[in-house]
Amino acid sequence: ANFRTVDEGFFDDLEEMLIESDVGYETALRISDELREEVKLKNVKRSDEVSQVIVEKLVDLYGEAGQDEDNALHFTDNGQPTVFLFVGVNGAGKTTTIGKLAHRYRQAGKKVLLAAGDTFRAGAIEQLQEWGRRVDVPVVASQPGGDPAAVVFDAVKTAQQEHYDILLVDTAGRLQNKVNLMNELEKIKRVIKRELPNAPQEVLLVLDASTGQNALSQAKQFNETTQVSGIVLTKLDGTARGGIVLAIRNELHIPVKLVGLGEKMDDLQDFNPTQFIYGLFKGLIDIPETTDDGTNTSEFKSDSENTQD
Amino acid sequence: MAFEGLTERLQNAIGKLRKKGKVTESDVREMMREVRLALLEADVNFTVVKDFVKQVRERAVGAEVLESLTPAQQIVKIVNDELTKTMGEAAVPLNKAPHIPTIIMMVGLQGAGKTTTAGKLANYLIKNEKARPLLIAADVYRPAAVDQLKTIGQQLNVPVFDMGTDHDPVEIVKQGMIQADLQKNDYVIIDTAGRLQIDEKLMTELADIEAEVQPNEILLTVDAMTGQAATEVAKGFNERLNITGVVLTKLDGDTRGGAALSIRAVTGKPIKFTGQGEKLDQLDVFYPDRMANRILGM
Ligand SMILES: Nc1nc2c(ncn2[C@@H]2O[C@H](COP(=O)(O)OP(=O)(O)OP(=O)(O)O)[C@@H](O)[C@H]2O)c(=O)[nH]1
Ligand SMILES: Nc1nc2c(ncn2[C@@H]2O[C@H](COP(=O)(O)OP(=O)(O)OP(=O)(O)O)[C@@H](O)[C@H]2O)c(=O)[nH]1
Ligand SMILES: [K+]
Ligand SMILES: [Mg+2]
Ligand SMILES: [Mg+2]
Repeated sequence: ANFRTVDEGFFDDLEEMLIESDVGYETALRISDELREEVKLKNVKRSDEVSQVIVEKLVDLYGEAGQDEDNALHFTDNGQPTVFLFVGVNGAGKTTTIGKLAHRYRQAGKKVLLAAGDTFRAGAIEQLQEWGRRVDVPVVASQPGGDPAAVVFDAVKTAQQEHYDILLVDTAGRLQNKVNLMNELEKIKRVIKRELPNAPQEVLLVLDASTGQNALSQAKQFNETTQVSGIVLTKLDGTARGGIVLAIRNELHIPVKLVGLGEKMDDLQDFNPTQFIYGLFKGLIDIPETTDDGTNTSEFKSDSENTQD
Repeated sequence: MAFEGLTERLQNAIGKLRKKGKVTESDVREMMREVRLALLEADVNFTVVKDFVKQVRERAVGAEVLESLTPAQQIVKIVNDELTKTMGEAAVPLNKAPHIPTIIMMVGLQGAGKTTTAGKLANYLIKNEKARPLLIAADVYRPAAVDQLKTIGQQLNVPVFDMGTDHDPVEIVKQGMIQADLQKNDYVIIDTAGRLQIDEKLMTELADIEAEVQPNEILLTVDAMTGQAATEVAKGFNERLNITGVVLTKLDGDTRGGAALSIRAVTGKPIKFTGQGEKLDQLDVFYPDRMANRILGM
C-alpha cells in the first residue's frame, strides 16, 4: 500500500472521516486529539504504523468506556425461558433481527418462540409470522389492533408451560419522544417481569446504522424507559458506518452486541469492535486482508474478544 | 434534542465578544464556527456544511452584520435566509400527467417509510382531488410487504394490485398499469422494495420499472433521522433514476433533520412532502422555512 507521511493534514482527514461516520463533532474532535497525542507519544512517523496505533488506541478507548460491561448476550440457567425484548424507532430492523436471531438459536438446537407484540403497524403480525415460517419457529399473535401487553403475557405463559428455551418479543416501532408509546413499552416489560422476575435477560435497542445524532436521544429515552442492555446495529451492509455508537458507548455505556448486515436470515453477526473500527476508517488507514467474518458458532457468547492483526 | 439552538449559541459567542465592543471580521469568523457546529450537530453532511458556510460567510462579513447592534440576530437571519433558499423557496406540487393516470413511484432505503407514504399519498389525493388511485404492490422481497400494502388499501378503501411474490416486479407493474387503464384510475402509486443504493441488481430493477412506465413522479423517501450518509444515498438513487422529488419521513420525532439540506444540496430536487406520524393522514406538504428553523433549533 502507498502510505502518506503523517502530518496535520492526516489528522484533519481523520477528524473529517470520524464526523462523516456520525460519531458527532465533539467525539470526533476528542478522539482525533487523543490519537494525535498517542502518535506523538509513540513517535510514529509513517501512516502504516499510525494505522496500527490508531486502531489499538480506539479499541482501547472503546473498551475503556465499557470496562464494566460485557458484550455477551445473557441467558437463564434455571430452566426458565430466556426472554429478549426488542425496542426501537420505526423501521430500524427489530422484526428482521428477531427473525435472524430465531434462526441462529433454532440452528443451535434451541426451542424458540416469538411474540408478535406489534399489533399496530399494518402487516406487522404477518411479517413476523412469515419469519416464523422461514426459520421454522412458532409465533404467538393476536388480532391486529389487540393489546400488545396481552399478547406478550400469552407468549410468556406459553414459553413457561411448554418449556421454550428462548422467547423473542417484537414490539411496534415508536419514536422516543412519544410519551404514551414509551409508557406502553414500560408496561410490556412489567408484564414480562411479573411472570418471570429475572426476565427480560436482554432489552435490545435496535438502531439503524444510517442514523445521525438522533441515535443518542433514542438511546437515552429507550434506556430510561426500559433499561437497555445492548444495541443491535443494523444495515451496516450499507454505506453508513454507524459511528454514533461510539458516542452512545461514551455517554451511556451501552454496548453493541449484534450487527445486521443484510435482509437474509444469516445476515447477523456478533459485534466485533476491531472490525467495526476498521470500518470507520475505511479508505484512510490500511485494513488487513483477513478480517474475521464473524461466522462464529459459539451461539451463547459474544465474539467481541476476537483480535486481529 | 440536547443541542442548543443557533440563536443561543451565537448569543453566547457574542457575549464574549461584546466585552470588546464592536464586532470585527474575525469575530464574525468565530461566529461562523458556531454556525458550522450547529449544522453538523443537526446532521447536515460535512461537505455540504463546508460549502454552505462559505457561501454564508461572504454575506456575513458585510455591513449588515458588522454595523449591526444585534450581530448575532443578523447572522441567524442570514443563515436562515440562505438555508431556506437552498431548500427551495416554496412548496412544489406533485407532477401531473397530461392524460390519466399520473404515475408515482416510491423508492428508497429499507425502512424509510415508502409503503406508509404510498398509503398517505393515496389518502391525500382522495381528500384533495377526489382521486381514484390504484396502489401497486411491487415489493416481492420483504416478508409480508404485500399484506402491509393490502391492509393499508383496506383502511383507505383503495384498490391494491398485487401478483403475490412469485413474479418479477417489472411484470407486476406492467400488469398493474393494464388494470389501472381498465378501471380508469387517475393515479397509480407504485410501492417498491427498500434497497441500498449500492445494490447493483436491485437498482437495475428500479431503472427497469422506470423505463417500462415512465413515472411522472419518482419520490425518494428518506428517514429524517438519517445522518451523514444522506448525501451518498441521495446521489446513488439520483444517478440511477430520474428522481423528481423527495419525501422526508418521521419528522414527528425530535430529530433536527439536517439530512433535508444535504439531500437538497446534492440532488437539487425539491422536498415535496413530510411524514408527521404513522397514521395515514399524517402527511404534510413541505415548508422550507419551517425546515430551516428546525435545523437551526429555533
Ligand atoms: N440492508 C439491510 N436491511 C435490513 C437490515 N435489517 C433490517 N433490514 C430491512 O429494513 C426494513 C425494516 O426492517 P424491520 O425489521 O421491518 O424493522 P422494524 O424495526 O421491525 O420496523 P417497524 O416494526 O415498522 O418499526 C426491512 O426492509 C428489512 O428487510 C440489515 O441489516 N441490512
Ligand atoms: N413516526 C413515524 N413513523 C413513520 C412515518 N412514516 C413511516 N413510519 C413508520 O416507519 C416504519 C417503516 O415504514 P414503511 O412504510 O414500512 O417503510 P418502507 O420504506 O416501506 O420499508 P421497506 O419496505 O422495508 O423498505 C413503520 O413503522 C411506519 O409506521 C412517519 O412519518 N412518522
Ligand atoms: K431508517
Ligand atoms: Mg417490526
Ligand atoms: Mg415497504
